[in-house]
Amino acid sequence: MSTSSRNNHVPVLAALAAALIGVAIGFAFFVAPEDVDQGISQRIFYFHVPIALTAYSCFGWGAYKALLLLWRKDERYDLESYVAIHQGTIFGSLTLLTGSIWAKASWGHWWLWSENQLVLFLVLFLFYSAYFMLRFSIEEGPRRANISAVYALFGVVLIPVSFLAIRLAENIIHPTVFTREGPQMSGTMFLTFCIAWLAMTVLAYALYRLELLGKRLDSNLRELRELVT
Amino acid sequence: MSQGEYVAAAYGVVFVALLVYVAIIAAKLARLERETAEIAELARKRASNV
Repeated sequence: MSTSSRNNHVPVLAALAAALIGVAIGFAFFVAPEDVDQGISQRIFYFHVPIALTAYSCFGWGAYKALLLLWRKDERYDLESYVAIHQGTIFGSLTLLTGSIWAKASWGHWWLWSENQLVLFLVLFLFYSAYFMLRFSIEEGPRRANISAVYALFGVVLIPVSFLAIRLAENIIHPTVFTREGPQMSGTMFLTFCIAWLAMTVLAYALYRLELLGKRLDSNLRELRELVT
Repeated sequence: MSQGEYVAAAYGVVFVALLVYVAIIAAKLARLERETAEIAELARKRASNV
Protein backbone atom coordinates (compact mmCIF):
# COMPACT_ATOMS: atom_id res chain seq x y z
CA MET A 1 0.00 0.00 0.00
CA SER A 2 1.19 3.52 -0.75
CA THR A 3 0.46 4.73 2.77
CA SER A 4 2.14 1.87 4.62
CA SER A 5 5.40 3.80 5.13
CA ARG A 6 3.46 6.74 6.59
CA ASN A 7 1.63 4.38 8.98
CA ASN A 8 5.00 3.25 10.35
CA HIS A 9 5.22 6.69 11.93
CA VAL A 10 2.27 5.94 14.26
CA PRO A 11 4.42 4.68 17.21
CA VAL A 12 6.73 7.71 16.89
CA LEU A 13 3.74 10.07 16.72
CA ALA A 14 2.12 8.36 19.75
CA ALA A 15 5.34 8.61 21.78
CA LEU A 16 5.77 12.27 20.79
CA ALA A 17 2.14 13.01 21.74
CA ALA A 18 2.58 11.29 25.14
CA ALA A 19 5.80 13.24 25.82
CA LEU A 20 4.22 16.56 24.79
CA ILE A 21 1.12 15.91 26.92
CA GLY A 22 3.40 15.20 29.89
CA VAL A 23 5.30 18.46 29.30
CA ALA A 24 2.01 20.38 28.84
CA ILE A 25 0.62 19.04 32.15
CA GLY A 26 3.91 19.90 33.87
CA PHE A 27 3.80 23.45 32.50
CA ALA A 28 0.08 23.88 33.29
CA PHE A 29 0.47 22.91 36.95
CA PHE A 30 4.04 23.81 37.89
CA VAL A 31 5.28 26.56 35.55
CA ALA A 32 2.31 28.73 34.51
CA PRO A 33 1.32 31.22 37.21
CA GLU A 34 -2.11 31.06 38.83
CA ASP A 35 -4.70 33.35 37.24
CA VAL A 36 -5.62 36.33 39.45
CA ASP A 37 -9.34 36.30 38.54
CA GLN A 38 -10.20 32.62 38.21
CA GLY A 39 -7.60 30.95 40.40
CA ILE A 40 -6.84 27.26 39.86
CA SER A 41 -9.90 26.61 37.64
CA GLN A 42 -8.23 28.66 34.86
CA ARG A 43 -5.80 25.73 34.41
CA ILE A 44 -8.62 23.90 32.56
CA PHE A 45 -8.02 26.47 29.79
CA TYR A 46 -4.68 24.80 28.86
CA PHE A 47 -6.49 21.65 27.75
CA HIS A 48 -9.98 22.92 26.94
CA VAL A 49 -8.99 25.51 24.29
CA PRO A 50 -6.35 23.34 22.50
CA ILE A 51 -8.89 20.47 22.39
CA ALA A 52 -11.51 22.82 20.88
CA LEU A 53 -9.02 24.14 18.29
CA THR A 54 -8.03 20.55 17.45
CA ALA A 55 -11.71 19.66 16.96
CA TYR A 56 -12.04 22.57 14.50
CA SER A 57 -8.86 21.41 12.71
CA CYS A 58 -10.16 17.84 12.42
CA PHE A 59 -13.48 19.00 10.96
CA GLY A 60 -11.57 21.30 8.59
CA TRP A 61 -9.24 18.44 7.59
CA GLY A 62 -12.26 16.18 7.01
CA ALA A 63 -13.83 18.84 4.78
CA TYR A 64 -10.56 19.28 2.86
CA LYS A 65 -10.38 15.52 2.23
CA ALA A 66 -14.04 15.59 1.17
CA LEU A 67 -13.21 18.33 -1.33
CA LEU A 68 -10.32 16.23 -2.68
CA LEU A 69 -12.69 13.27 -3.08
CA LEU A 70 -15.17 15.31 -5.10
CA TRP A 71 -12.40 16.87 -7.16
CA ARG A 72 -10.12 13.90 -7.87
CA LYS A 73 -12.67 11.07 -7.48
CA ASP A 74 -10.14 9.03 -5.51
CA GLU A 75 -11.87 6.61 -3.09
CA ARG A 76 -9.19 6.78 -0.41
CA TYR A 77 -10.18 10.37 0.45
CA ASP A 78 -13.59 9.13 1.58
CA LEU A 79 -12.07 7.05 4.38
CA GLU A 80 -9.65 9.86 5.29
CA SER A 81 -12.49 12.38 5.48
CA TYR A 82 -14.60 10.00 7.59
CA VAL A 83 -11.75 9.31 10.05
CA ALA A 84 -10.93 13.04 10.40
CA ILE A 85 -14.58 13.83 11.17
CA HIS A 86 -14.67 10.94 13.64
CA GLN A 87 -11.63 12.42 15.41
CA GLY A 88 -13.34 15.82 15.31
CA THR A 89 -16.41 14.50 17.12
CA ILE A 90 -14.21 12.82 19.77
CA PHE A 91 -12.35 16.11 20.39
CA GLY A 92 -15.66 17.99 20.10
CA SER A 93 -17.28 15.91 22.85
CA LEU A 94 -14.18 16.48 25.02
CA THR A 95 -14.49 20.23 24.37
CA LEU A 96 -18.11 20.17 25.54
CA LEU A 97 -17.26 18.09 28.62
CA THR A 98 -14.20 20.08 29.76
CA GLY A 99 -15.96 23.36 28.91
CA SER A 100 -18.98 22.37 30.95
CA ILE A 101 -16.80 21.51 33.96
CA TRP A 102 -14.93 24.82 33.60
CA ALA A 103 -18.25 26.70 33.31
CA LYS A 104 -19.50 25.08 36.52
CA ALA A 105 -16.27 25.94 38.32
CA SER A 106 -16.18 29.56 37.08
CA TRP A 107 -19.79 30.63 36.51
CA GLY A 108 -21.65 28.14 38.71
CA HIS A 109 -23.57 26.68 35.72
CA TRP A 110 -22.91 23.53 33.69
CA TRP A 111 -24.40 25.11 30.58
CA LEU A 112 -25.79 28.49 29.52
CA TRP A 113 -28.15 28.57 26.54
CA SER A 114 -27.71 32.35 26.33
CA GLU A 115 -24.02 31.95 25.38
CA ASN A 116 -23.61 32.01 21.59
CA GLN A 117 -20.16 30.41 21.71
CA LEU A 118 -21.44 27.34 23.58
CA VAL A 119 -24.61 26.95 21.53
CA LEU A 120 -22.81 27.36 18.19
CA PHE A 121 -20.17 24.82 19.15
CA LEU A 122 -22.97 22.43 20.13
CA VAL A 123 -24.66 23.04 16.73
CA LEU A 124 -21.34 22.29 14.97
CA PHE A 125 -20.88 19.14 17.06
CA LEU A 126 -24.45 17.93 16.40
CA PHE A 127 -24.10 18.71 12.69
CA TYR A 128 -21.04 16.47 12.42
CA SER A 129 -22.64 13.83 14.69
CA ALA A 130 -25.49 13.65 12.17
CA TYR A 131 -22.83 12.98 9.49
CA PHE A 132 -22.52 9.42 10.84
CA MET A 133 -26.28 8.84 10.73
CA LEU A 134 -26.34 10.01 7.12
CA ARG A 135 -23.27 7.98 6.18
CA PHE A 136 -24.43 4.70 7.68
CA SER A 137 -27.95 5.04 6.28
CA ILE A 138 -26.58 4.76 2.72
CA GLU A 139 -25.18 1.61 1.15
CA GLU A 140 -21.38 1.54 0.76
CA GLY A 141 -20.12 2.82 -2.59
CA PRO A 142 -19.47 6.00 -4.62
CA ARG A 143 -22.94 7.42 -3.89
CA ARG A 144 -22.34 7.24 -0.14
CA ALA A 145 -18.85 8.74 -0.53
CA ASN A 146 -20.16 11.69 -2.58
CA ILE A 147 -23.14 12.47 -0.31
CA SER A 148 -20.90 12.25 2.80
CA ALA A 149 -18.33 14.54 1.16
CA VAL A 150 -20.94 17.18 0.28
CA TYR A 151 -22.29 17.06 3.85
CA ALA A 152 -18.77 17.37 5.32
CA LEU A 153 -18.12 20.41 3.12
CA PHE A 154 -21.33 22.16 4.24
CA GLY A 155 -20.29 21.81 7.87
CA VAL A 156 -17.06 23.70 7.33
CA VAL A 157 -19.08 26.95 7.10
CA LEU A 158 -20.04 26.52 10.75
CA ILE A 159 -16.39 26.50 11.89
CA PRO A 160 -15.62 30.25 11.43
CA VAL A 161 -19.13 31.12 12.66
CA SER A 162 -18.55 29.10 15.84
CA PHE A 163 -15.04 30.48 16.27
CA LEU A 164 -16.04 34.12 15.72
CA ALA A 165 -19.29 33.96 17.70
CA ILE A 166 -17.48 34.88 20.88
CA ARG A 167 -16.10 38.03 19.22
CA LEU A 168 -19.40 39.03 17.60
CA ALA A 169 -21.52 38.72 20.74
CA GLU A 170 -21.95 41.87 22.82
CA ASN A 171 -22.92 40.43 26.19
CA ILE A 172 -20.68 37.51 26.97
CA ILE A 173 -19.48 35.64 30.01
CA HIS A 174 -17.24 33.32 28.01
CA PRO A 175 -13.72 34.81 28.23
CA THR A 176 -12.03 36.23 25.09
CA VAL A 177 -8.34 35.51 25.44
CA PHE A 178 -7.17 36.11 21.87
CA THR A 179 -7.96 39.62 20.68
CA ARG A 180 -6.60 41.90 17.93
CA GLU A 181 -4.03 43.14 20.45
CA GLY A 182 -2.68 39.59 20.83
CA PRO A 183 -3.10 36.98 23.59
CA GLN A 184 -4.38 38.47 26.86
CA MET A 185 -2.11 36.42 29.13
CA SER A 186 1.46 36.35 30.41
CA GLY A 187 4.32 34.91 28.33
CA THR A 188 4.56 31.73 30.42
CA MET A 189 0.81 31.16 30.17
CA PHE A 190 0.94 31.60 26.40
CA LEU A 191 3.93 29.22 26.12
CA THR A 192 2.01 26.61 28.17
CA PHE A 193 -0.99 27.07 25.89
CA CYS A 194 1.19 26.63 22.77
CA ILE A 195 2.77 23.41 24.14
CA ALA A 196 -0.68 22.04 25.02
CA TRP A 197 -1.99 22.97 21.56
CA LEU A 198 0.95 21.24 19.88
CA ALA A 199 0.42 18.18 22.12
CA MET A 200 -3.27 17.95 21.18
CA THR A 201 -2.51 18.41 17.47
CA VAL A 202 0.11 15.63 17.50
CA LEU A 203 -2.23 13.41 19.54
CA ALA A 204 -5.08 13.97 17.07
CA TYR A 205 -2.78 13.22 14.13
CA ALA A 206 -1.47 10.03 15.82
CA LEU A 207 -5.05 8.87 16.52
CA TYR A 208 -6.06 9.77 12.95
CA ARG A 209 -3.20 7.68 11.50
CA LEU A 210 -3.92 4.82 13.93
CA GLU A 211 -7.61 4.71 13.05
CA LEU A 212 -6.83 4.87 9.32
CA LEU A 213 -4.34 2.01 9.75
CA GLY A 214 -6.98 -0.11 11.51
CA LYS A 215 -9.67 0.64 8.92
CA ARG A 216 -7.37 -0.15 5.98
CA LEU A 217 -6.16 -3.35 7.62
CA ASP A 218 -9.77 -4.35 8.21
CA SER A 219 -10.71 -3.74 4.58
CA ASN A 220 -7.62 -5.60 3.29
CA LEU A 221 -8.43 -8.58 5.50
CA ARG A 222 -12.02 -8.64 4.23
CA GLU A 223 -10.72 -8.66 0.66
CA LEU A 224 -8.23 -11.42 1.48
CA ARG A 225 -10.95 -13.53 3.13
CA GLU A 226 -13.09 -13.25 -0.01
CA LEU A 227 -10.14 -14.39 -2.13
CA VAL A 228 -9.31 -17.34 0.12
CA THR A 229 -12.91 -18.63 0.60
CA MET B 1 -16.95 20.54 44.91
CA SER B 2 -13.80 22.67 45.27
CA GLN B 3 -12.13 24.46 42.32
CA GLY B 4 -9.24 21.96 42.47
CA GLU B 5 -11.65 19.05 42.18
CA TYR B 6 -13.21 20.59 39.06
CA VAL B 7 -9.74 20.92 37.52
CA ALA B 8 -8.99 17.27 38.39
CA ALA B 9 -12.36 16.26 36.86
CA ALA B 10 -11.63 18.13 33.60
CA TYR B 11 -8.18 16.56 33.19
CA GLY B 12 -9.59 13.19 34.33
CA VAL B 13 -12.26 13.27 31.60
CA VAL B 14 -9.55 13.68 28.93
CA PHE B 15 -7.47 10.88 30.49
CA VAL B 16 -10.45 8.49 30.70
CA ALA B 17 -11.42 9.26 27.08
CA LEU B 18 -7.88 8.37 25.99
CA LEU B 19 -8.00 5.13 27.99
CA VAL B 20 -11.36 4.21 26.42
CA TYR B 21 -9.91 4.91 22.96
CA VAL B 22 -6.88 2.70 23.67
CA ALA B 23 -9.22 -0.06 24.96
CA ILE B 24 -11.31 0.15 21.76
CA ILE B 25 -8.17 -0.01 19.59
CA ALA B 26 -6.89 -2.99 21.66
CA ALA B 27 -10.21 -4.82 21.15
CA LYS B 28 -10.07 -4.09 17.44
CA LEU B 29 -6.46 -5.36 17.22
CA ALA B 30 -7.48 -8.57 19.00
CA ARG B 31 -10.30 -9.07 16.48
CA LEU B 32 -7.96 -8.42 13.54
CA GLU B 33 -5.43 -10.87 14.95
CA ARG B 34 -8.19 -13.53 15.29
CA GLU B 35 -9.36 -12.89 11.72
CA THR B 36 -5.78 -13.05 10.38
CA ALA B 37 -5.32 -16.42 12.12
CA GLU B 38 -8.58 -17.70 10.56
CA ILE B 39 -7.53 -16.57 7.08
CA ALA B 40 -4.09 -18.15 7.54
CA GLU B 41 -5.80 -21.41 8.57
CA LEU B 42 -8.06 -21.28 5.49
CA ALA B 43 -5.02 -20.61 3.26
CA ARG B 44 -3.13 -23.57 4.81
CA LYS B 45 -6.11 -25.90 4.25
CA ARG B 46 -6.38 -24.69 0.67
CA ALA B 47 -2.65 -25.23 0.08
CA SER B 48 -2.79 -28.79 1.50
CA ASN B 49 -5.75 -29.65 -0.78
CA VAL B 50 -3.89 -28.50 -3.91
